[in-house]
Order: sequence, then structure tokens, then C-alpha cells
Amino acid sequence: MAVDISQFHEMFFEESFEGLEVMENGLLNLPPGSSDIELINDIFRAAHSIKGGAGTFGFNEVSEFTHDLETLMDLMREGKYSVTSEAVELMLQAVDCLRHMLTELKDKRPIDYSNASEISKHFKLILEKPESTAPEPEQVSATNDTECKSWRIGFKPNPEMLQTGNEPYRIIRELGELGCLVVHVLLDDLPSYDLIDPCECYLAWQLDLSGEAVSRDAIDEIFEWVIDDAEIGVEELSGAKISISQEAPAQHSDDSKESNNPLPEPTAVSGEVLPTSAVAINSEASIPRSLETTKPKAEPARGGDSKSIRVNIEKVDALINMVGEMVITQSMLCQLSKEYNEESHNELVSGLAQLEANTRELQESVMSLRMMPISFAFNRFPRLVRDLNRQLEKDVELVLHGEQTELDKTVMEKLGDPLTHLVRNAMDHGMETPQERLEQGKPEKGKIELKAFYEGGAVVIQICDDGKGLDDKKIQAKAISNSLIQEGEVLSREEIQDLILRPGFSTADEVSDLSGRGVGLDVVKQNIRALNGSLDVQSKENSGTTFTIRLPLTLAIVDGQLIRVEDSVYILPLTAISESLQLEEKNINTVAGGVDLYRIRDENIPVVHLNALFGHDKAEGSEYAKMLVVVESNERKIGLVVDELLDQQQVVIKSLEANYQGVEGLSGATILGDGTVALICDIHDIFTMSAGQYQLSFDKIFQSGHNYAA
Amino acid sequence: MITQNEISREEQQEFSSSSENTGETTKQYLTFFLDGEEYGVDILGVQEIRGWEKTTILPNSPNHIKGVINLRGTIVPITDLRERFCLESKEYGPLTVVIVLNICDSSSNKKVVGIVVDAVSDVYDISSTKIKSSPEIEQQVSGEFIEGLFNVDEKMLILLDINRLLVSEAQYSEVAQ
Repeated sequence: MAVDISQFHEMFFEESFEGLEVMENGLLNLPPGSSDIELINDIFRAAHSIKGGAGTFGFNEVSEFTHDLETLMDLMREGKYSVTSEAVELMLQAVDCLRHMLTELKDKRPIDYSNASEISKHFKLILEKPESTAPEPEQVSATNDTECKSWRIGFKPNPEMLQTGNEPYRIIRELGELGCLVVHVLLDDLPSYDLIDPCECYLAWQLDLSGEAVSRDAIDEIFEWVIDDAEIGVEELSGAKISISQEAPAQHSDDSKESNNPLPEPTAVSGEVLPTSAVAINSEASIPRSLETTKPKAEPARGGDSKSIRVNIEKVDALINMVGEMVITQSMLCQLSKEYNEESHNELVSGLAQLEANTRELQESVMSLRMMPISFAFNRFPRLVRDLNRQLEKDVELVLHGEQTELDKTVMEKLGDPLTHLVRNAMDHGMETPQERLEQGKPEKGKIELKAFYEGGAVVIQICDDGKGLDDKKIQAKAISNSLIQEGEVLSREEIQDLILRPGFSTADEVSDLSGRGVGLDVVKQNIRALNGSLDVQSKENSGTTFTIRLPLTLAIVDGQLIRVEDSVYILPLTAISESLQLEEKNINTVAGGVDLYRIRDENIPVVHLNALFGHDKAEGSEYAKMLVVVESNERKIGLVVDELLDQQQVVIKSLEANYQGVEGLSGATILGDGTVALICDIHDIFTMSAGQYQLSFDKIFQSGHNYAA
Repeated sequence: MITQNEISREEQQEFSSSSENTGETTKQYLTFFLDGEEYGVDILGVQEIRGWEKTTILPNSPNHIKGVINLRGTIVPITDLRERFCLESKEYGPLTVVIVLNICDSSSNKKVVGIVVDAVSDVYDISSTKIKSSPEIEQQVSGEFIEGLFNVDEKMLILLDINRLLVSEAQYSEVAQ
């Protein structure tokens, strides 16, 4: 039976890529001379399953290539070959090469094998060196897959085989796909016409199969379904090359037609029977020939773009439990509605509350299905740092923290490139060479830390290095020459450092002679902004630079506090709010420069008027009959002056970029219960905007206020 | 006013007329009034025509962006074409119409946007060969959006390129800031 195995390709690729990751990680942790059997076994197993999978799916180039790698690992496992840095390096290259091959296969592109054969050659060299100790135990099974072979197969189905739903025709057709197939029909058991039961199979075949890469396994696989319903004999024709022209099958069928005359009919049979059976045989026997022509086009072009995630089974179980609870609540409510009277009103209310709780739980756990530990994004960096160390002649150690922090899968996928960029930057520009470090009185070995942790409703990822830090003066000079700022403009340290994230700050060439960084950092910032996140940089001269990425936990839903500003409704993420209070005029102090500070207990926090910030018209009436919402970001607090606190509810974030463009101060929009659109505030943005409001440009506020006068 | 049905029927006609492939293509244009002039847009870009409804104002956006509306779950920005073209703005009344357009931006992402116009007028079949290019109007804001001019009887239609119209939005707002 023809099973379309291409549907499993996706799974194979996914598993193989995982396997490659395991191998890569293992190899990176394998110091020269190590005899860590566990680790070597892990790598070996991963290689082995890639090889096996590739063989099963017919990616022979991959399985052959992996075979060498596996052989070497096997020797290491048995202690016959010691782990050298040379071998590890070679295997890492092989992992890269495999990844490349698999990617190309996945995208159905032709593969360039030159790299692979180069690496294979190296493997062969390594394997041959310790000739005495390397018996190459697996060589035998490998040759099986490749050489041109001929097989003679005897296939005699039991008479009942057709009734089990198996069709000899299909089996023969599949064999025909393996190589050149010559079919002989054996009619020894064909009874006379009046004795033929149409439900039984009387024919037997002798099949001669030859072709490259025809393995015994492949043949067995085809017969797997009928092994109990037929007599099958497979024998290898050693050396005998069977090269029969295309007409051969037809000729054979003619032969068998003739020979069929005397054989199965000892009793007299009327002439009309014979042609019928002969025709039947004829058509059977000519099958392989017609197949030969149709076969090559049969390959289905199935798009392999489906995406899947692996989910912890516990999460799924929890989900099922929750659905169960929800069904119960729903049937309870259903019951209630049937015999509803005034007395049961309370029950109805509590039932609805329960339903709400269920819905929320369900939603949370469905969201958690999309969450993956951030180690998926971090895992590539040990390798990157290792390679860069070599390339740049630096000595840097990578330390990972909080790899178990979970993040939405979509966010994670889009985070890879920006993170790589930042780590590469830190290695390239931030880190000094060991000599320079020693001269500076720092430890010779540099350190880059990747940290991930939760803060409020956000995930924070930091890339910290202990390199030389940003050179403010050079950045400022650069910014002036790129006319990002005016000469003589006084900027704080933070503002200067933010300049490197501005578009147009630099191009690659110009930056390499600048000690700071800035190669396309604005692109990184844009990518992160597209995920509703933010990117900040802090740096201290000579003690390093820290990039902080802040991302929303999930992309889709936030708990929001609805607020009213003039006649607009905005939404503040609940997680950012630390408290809300009635505004009292006596607690406001104005500091020189126009900054209002509000005193709460022992703290004085800056006050931001949202209506001014968002350019709304000032309504008449006292400004101080208002609410103050204290929000927190980056361990700083500000108080937002709003007109009224409304409901709290969960809102689904819709992007403004989809049809418009990003708006400063907003992370998106949502649709409220009454169908109107409400805008969701981006607290982090508001901090930046308000800082600007106080220090940099009043004209912007002025202008936007002017805009809205219309 | 033209209903959705009529539009889709006319779309079909337009497909059949262009499939004749005689070298010149005939496109249908939906026209509308703006400060006394009649403008036309390619009807295939028109998703629907709605009455004016209250929008949610976007903070610190340019004058002509009237805000966003909820169009069956999609957030759609609304541009006032009068203000976009620096014409005198007009009070919105019951006849004020929002034409919802499907456009492509510079990186060919599909976007849905609404434009506020005075009133919808008619649908014309216009052959590409009969569109006259507009004279150089360099100083005018609206000049860059004009695809061409077309004369019908006594009237002149100004045909707009809707993609250019809103693609330059981002640049415009940068300039404004």
C-alpha cells in the first residue's frame, strides 16, 4: 500500500534540527581529552537518529554524510579515539553542513554537496589515521544503501490475500519505483475457468529487481503488509547484472501466455476461456512497463510550510480539565435557565461568575501553550561566541541566566536576529582583546551575560558585557556630523547613548573606526518595536555596556485599566499601575523648569498630564478634580493625571501598524464592548515622551496642541 | 449612493471588458465630490462606502488624520481628504461619506484605510488611452497623487492614485513634525 510519507517530512525535519542542536550543544561542552561517556552518547544518539530518519525518508546523502560523523562518535564512545579539538571542530562543521543540507531539503532546493564531500574527506582521513583501532564497524550497513544491486524476489500470495484488502498490483508497482523491474508471471496454480473464484488470487510472480540504492530493507518494507499472506523469498543476485531492454516485460508475458497453454489445464477447456485469461495475464504482466513511464512524475509537491509547536503534556492535561469544568458550568447554567425564577437569580449570578473564571483560566492556559522557554533563543549563542572568539582573537565567556523564562513563540522567533546582532556587536565592538584588557587592569577573560527575567507584565532580556563601553564624545561628534543633533546642544549621558539607536546614526563603514557600536542598531530597535517591545542602552566607560530589551509577555491580550482623558478612553496595562489616588492640589509642588512633583508618602514623583501629552484640548473646569495613576517602568515612577478611572477589563490588542503606522505613546488599540475603539498606552513610551516634554522639546507639545485646536 | 452589490456587479463587467485585451485597458472609476471638484479612484480599490461615524482620535497625529474606527474588528484610520489636500474643511453632515479603500504601501503590505469625502457621485468607464496626464503642479500638495485627468462632456475628472495618496502618509507626518 502506498503511504504518502511526505506528510511525515515536517516531523523529520523538526526532529533533526532538534537533534542538531543537541549535537552542537554537546560538542561545545566537550573539552579535548574528555571521556564524558554520557555526553558522547547524547551526541551519538542524536546523530544516529538523524541518520536513521534520513535513511527512512530517502535522503540518502544526509544519511551517508551523517554516517561518517556517527562512526567517529562511535569510536570515541568506545574509547578508541580520543576527543581532540580538531575532531570537535570538524564535527561542528559537519553539524553546520547538515543543517544546511536539511534546510535545503526542507525548502526543496537542490543541495550543493561540495562542502559536504570536503568534510567527508576529512572524516575519512581522521578515521583512517588510527587504522589499527578503527575497524569501521558500520561500514557494512552503509554500503548496503548505495551499490547497484540485483534481487530476485519470489512472490506467491495466498489465495485469500485479495480478501484482506491487499493488491499485488500495487506491490509490484511500488517495487517498480525502486529500480528496473522485470516481472514473470507464474501461472502454475491457475485453475480451469469454471473453477475460478474471482475473490481469490491464483497467480504468483518472479520479480527481478535491479537498481542503485535498492536495499533489502526497502524491499522488505514493501512486502511488510503482506508478509503473513504470502510466500516471499528474496535473494540477492550477486554480480549478475540484469540489463533488460524495455520490451522485456512484454516478451516475458508472451512467453508465459504460451507456456500457460499446456500447464494449468489438464482437462479440456473450451477455446473461449483461454483468450480471456490470457488477456488478464497480459495486462498484469505489462504493468511494470507502463509504470516505468509514469513513475518519475509521481512525486507530490506538498508545501512543507505548516508550523507546529511542542507542548508539555501537563499543559494539555490542564487544558482538558478546564474544558471539563467549563462544560459543567455551562450545563449548570443551562439547567438554571430552564427553571429560572426570581429566587434563582443569585445562583445565576454566581454561575456566570464561575463561567467567567473558567473562561479566564482557559484563556490563560491556551496562551501558555504558545509560551516556550527562552533557552530556544539563547541556545545558539554559546556557539556564536565560541566562533567569534576564534575569529576575533578574543577571550570571552558567555554566561546565561534565566533560560527558563517563558516567552511567546512568535516573539521568540522574531527575537533571534536582533539578539544575534546585539551579541555580535558586543563581541566585535564592545570587547577588548585580552592584551588590552590586561592593560586596563581587567581580568583577561571577558564576560558577556545574557539574562532573561520577568518584570511586571513584561519579559526583560539583557545583554551585558564588561567591555570598554560607549565613547560619548565620539558618538556626539558622529551625531553632529550626521546632523542628528546640533552643535553645542547639551545632552545628558543617557540621551547621547540613545543616539546610537537612532536611524541614520551610522553606516557600517563609518562605525568600524568609532569605538562605540551602532551598526544598524536602529534596525534592531525597529524589530523590537514591531513586537511592542523597547530597547535601551546603558553604558559606563571602561566597565561595559548593557542593552535592555523589554517585551510584552504575550502579544495578544492585556489586563487593562480603562481611563478617561477629556472625552477619550485610553487603556493602561494593569501590570504597570502601582496605585491610583484622588489628586490633591496641596500635594503638588512645581519645581523650576516646569516639572510638577506630587508627594505620596515620602516620595516625590513627577506628574504627567496625559491630556497635554496626547494633545487633547483642555476642557474647562478645575484641573485638580482628577485622579492620579502612578505607573512604574524601569524602577521609575510617574503619576499620570487622568479625568476618571473606568472599568478594568481584559482587552485584545490590535495593531495600529496594520493599517496605519505606529503612534508614539501607544502600543496598540482595542475594541470595547460598545464597538468603539480605545487606544492602549505604552507606559515605557510615555516615560520617554514625558522626559522629552520636560527637557527637550516643548514645541512638539505645542504643535500637537495646535493640531487639535481644529 | 452605490451599494455593495452594484459595485461587485460592475467589477465583473470591468473584468470582462479588460479581458478583451485590445491594447488599451478600460478601468472603472468611482467618483466623488470634494470642494466642488469631482475626483475619481480605481473602483477595484474600493472596499465599501459608509456614512461618517465618530472616530477615536489618535494623539499627536497630523490634522487630516481624523482618528480610527472599528470596521468589523479591524482598526481603520480615517483621513479627511479635504484637509489632506489643504482645502477648507467642512462640517460633517449626513451626506458626508467615508470611502473605505484597499491599498498597498511601499513595502506592498495591504492596508485598509478610509477617506472622508463630501459625497459620492458616479461610476465611469475610462479607457487608459483617454487619460490625460496632469500638467505640472509642483507647488500643490495634491499634485503628486494625481494619476491623470479625464474629460467627460463638460466636466473634468481628477483621477487619483490611491496607493500614492496614503503611502506618502508616513513621509508627510514626518515633515509635519
